[in-house]
Amino acid sequence: MTIHDEMYEKNGVITPLYQNYQKWLAKQDPDLLNKKHREAQLLFARLGITFAVYGDGMGNERSIPFDVIPRLLSQSSWNTVALGCIQRIRALNLFLKDIYHQQEIIQAGIIPAEQIINNSQFRPEMKHIYVAHDIYAHIAGIDIVKVNDNEFYVLEDNLRTPSGSSYMIENRRMMMRLFPELFSKLNIAPVDHYPEILVEGLRAVSPQQVKQPTVVLLTPGSYNSAYFEHAFLAQEMGIELVEGADLFVKNDQVFMKTTEGPQQVDVIYRRIDDDFIDPEAFRADSMLGVPGLLRPIRAGSVTLANAIGTGVADDKSTYVFVPEMIRFYLGEKPILNNVPTFRLTIADDFMYVLANLENLVVKEVQGSGGYGMLIGPQASRDEIDTFRKKIMAHPEKYIAQPTLSLSTCPTLVEKGIAPRHVDLRPYIVSGREVKITPGGLTRVALNEGSLIVNSSQGGGTKDTWIVGE
Amino acid sequence: MLSRTAENLYWMARHIERAENTARLLDATYHSLLMPGHNQESPNAPSWEVPLISMGLIEHFYELFTQLTPENILQYLVTSSDNQSSIFSSLAAARENARTVRGAITSEMWESINSTWLEFKDMSDLQLNPSQVGKLFDRVKRRSHVFRGVTVGTALHDEAYHFIRLGSFMERADNTARILDVKYHILLPTIDDIGGAVDYYQWGALLKSVSAFEAYRKIYRDVIDAQKVAELLILRMNMPRSLHACLDEIDGILNIMITLNNYEARRLSGEIHAKLHYGQIKTIIKRGLHEYLSEFINDMALLSTEINRSFFAINHDWFSDRPYFS
Repeated sequence: MTIHDEMYEKNGVITPLYQNYQKWLAKQDPDLLNKKHREAQLLFARLGITFAVYGDGMGNERSIPFDVIPRLLSQSSWNTVALGCIQRIRALNLFLKDIYHQQEIIQAGIIPAEQIINNSQFRPEMKHIYVAHDIYAHIAGIDIVKVNDNEFYVLEDNLRTPSGSSYMIENRRMMMRLFPELFSKLNIAPVDHYPEILVEGLRAVSPQQVKQPTVVLLTPGSYNSAYFEHAFLAQEMGIELVEGADLFVKNDQVFMKTTEGPQQVDVIYRRIDDDFIDPEAFRADSMLGVPGLLRPIRAGSVTLANAIGTGVADDKSTYVFVPEMIRFYLGEKPILNNVPTFRLTIADDFMYVLANLENLVVKEVQGSGGYGMLIGPQASRDEIDTFRKKIMAHPEKYIAQPTLSLSTCPTLVEKGIAPRHVDLRPYIVSGREVKITPGGLTRVALNEGSLIVNSSQGGGTKDTWIVGE
Repeated sequence: MLSRTAENLYWMARHIERAENTARLLDATYHSLLMPGHNQESPNAPSWEVPLISMGLIEHFYELFTQLTPENILQYLVTSSDNQSSIFSSLAAARENARTVRGAITSEMWESINSTWLEFKDMSDLQLNPSQVGKLFDRVKRRSHVFRGVTVGTALHDEAYHFIRLGSFMERADNTARILDVKYHILLPTIDDIGGAVDYYQWGALLKSVSAFEAYRKIYRDVIDAQKVAELLILRMNMPRSLHACLDEIDGILNIMITLNNYEARRLSGEIHAKLHYGQIKTIIKRGLHEYLSEFINDMALLSTEINRSFFAINHDWFSDRPYFS
């Protein structure tokens, strides 16, 4: 299995894409990158661009490690990714509408009914509820890996509350601060307008036909690991950052408590999971959400972005069906590949996976953040045996995939510059139309050989440059 | 604007102002201890107790410490996390307020407040040495100046700005009144000292603690005497830390923000303001400065409660036909 490094051709020559950057890099004092790296760390700390680490004590904030070497993608490969992502999100939104209404895809025999009905993320409360413009996943992040030149695979669709867009923007600002000369040399697509795309998309789905709909961002609060991002986005969009206690429901409408009294809210960009969003409808022990919020949603007086119940479309067992959805709803050929995926509820797949655990990646269907995974080739005997037992007890909770040879990018590590595995999460906003910001968040596995890029697992980020020809 | 945001902004400003005032108070106390002729044995000697009395913390102090030493006082008022009014706690709280409402302040304001906090943590990790704390106080004061400057220079002059300013002046008015009251209370009883060197240094230190020494000289061109100091810090509306100047601001801000919903806050501030605007120092002294200041501190507490009720504690019932003028 050869690993594709994005900076080099197979014969070790620098790719045309990276040539200008490499020329610049070669001319720099060897210590420059280290200096810039320290500067970036300092700036991130001073700006308070942090995330909280769970289980690490309340209020313990850390900066996500930031790599000063950018990742470059050509305009043409980006076009493929962008069109592929937009296509996927269009299909996924149609799928969500379908399964909460007619369920044609089930009747057509393309997705088994139990995949939907038995899915813990399926919310029967949302059945036959109209959501504005039939959009369910207003904000999506799609995790993509590159395997070869122009060969991309989708790892996962994130349709609930995908995070990281603030880092995409802050990383770019940091790079412009550290290496302004590079930006005048290279034709790099901007990402700063993401919040504008976002707020425009959110305004477009207001149920009320008002000129200036009131949009708010609902956060679980300042102890949430992504609080920085919530505050950042609210500020960039010029909307209120609210907590559950700032909102209340009256007469099937949502209001926020302002200094001038209650103000009606039209659109809520929520960063609280379904389970916690409405203690009356879901988990009663939750203090984070808004009691009774489901009522105005059902009455159609407020739009929740993303809609309740989108999780049914992004779990790892539904993922398998996305290419089929694209064919079914859009009549198109999928632009982006799925990673071949074994469903353990299918007997043949089950037998194959059990026999080949050491070659496969096994993931929990509902897992996230890099937790609950088995990476076969890197796992010990014991770990494999433990996983085997888990799978046998609950095959429906897992899927398995072959390990892909993820591409690497040159990355600054302690010993200098070395290749490290990366993935990419572009952000897609569905409002009046489906829009995508060029680039996205590149996450990098900082440990040598590691495939896990999650910030909770020691991953870092780097800026993604879509370089025009 | 969101009530919770307004409340956080208001308290952010109050906490910064409080940190500054604590630093000022300690700095002034410290300086007066250095003055020639000061004798620790005299009953009216300046004491490290003064800042504790002024802040109403003397009992709490003795719950934590047995001895009144400069080191203990400094630890308690500067770096203690057990004392909610210490500079440490004030800056931590201000930073937490700011972090919670980051979206409502400019990034330069946030950077200023966050680096104030980081820098203070670094500095206060050093041994608290009475001979070196002067530098720390200067730093706190300067940082507070910078924060105010950044606020004025970068924030949109909208509602958020008004709440920040409201917090600053509410806290400042309270602090000036307390500083004045305590000094007066402690200093005045000994007739012997009046007009003497000790008195001069004491009132001089007080004026310096509120950056009013030079202003006093400019306005009165006279020796320092208690009545004039009181007039300067209570009634002079062009003296930035005087009660009158603070109430000018507070009343102005509430006047802008007035709706039927918060009429009572506006009425109260107008009443307090009027007493200052039309007040006479002779009458105040005649009635008793301490009594006057106690009443002022009480009035401000009422106003504070009313601000809380009008802007921050919005509840569901607000909807129904609440009587506005009850």
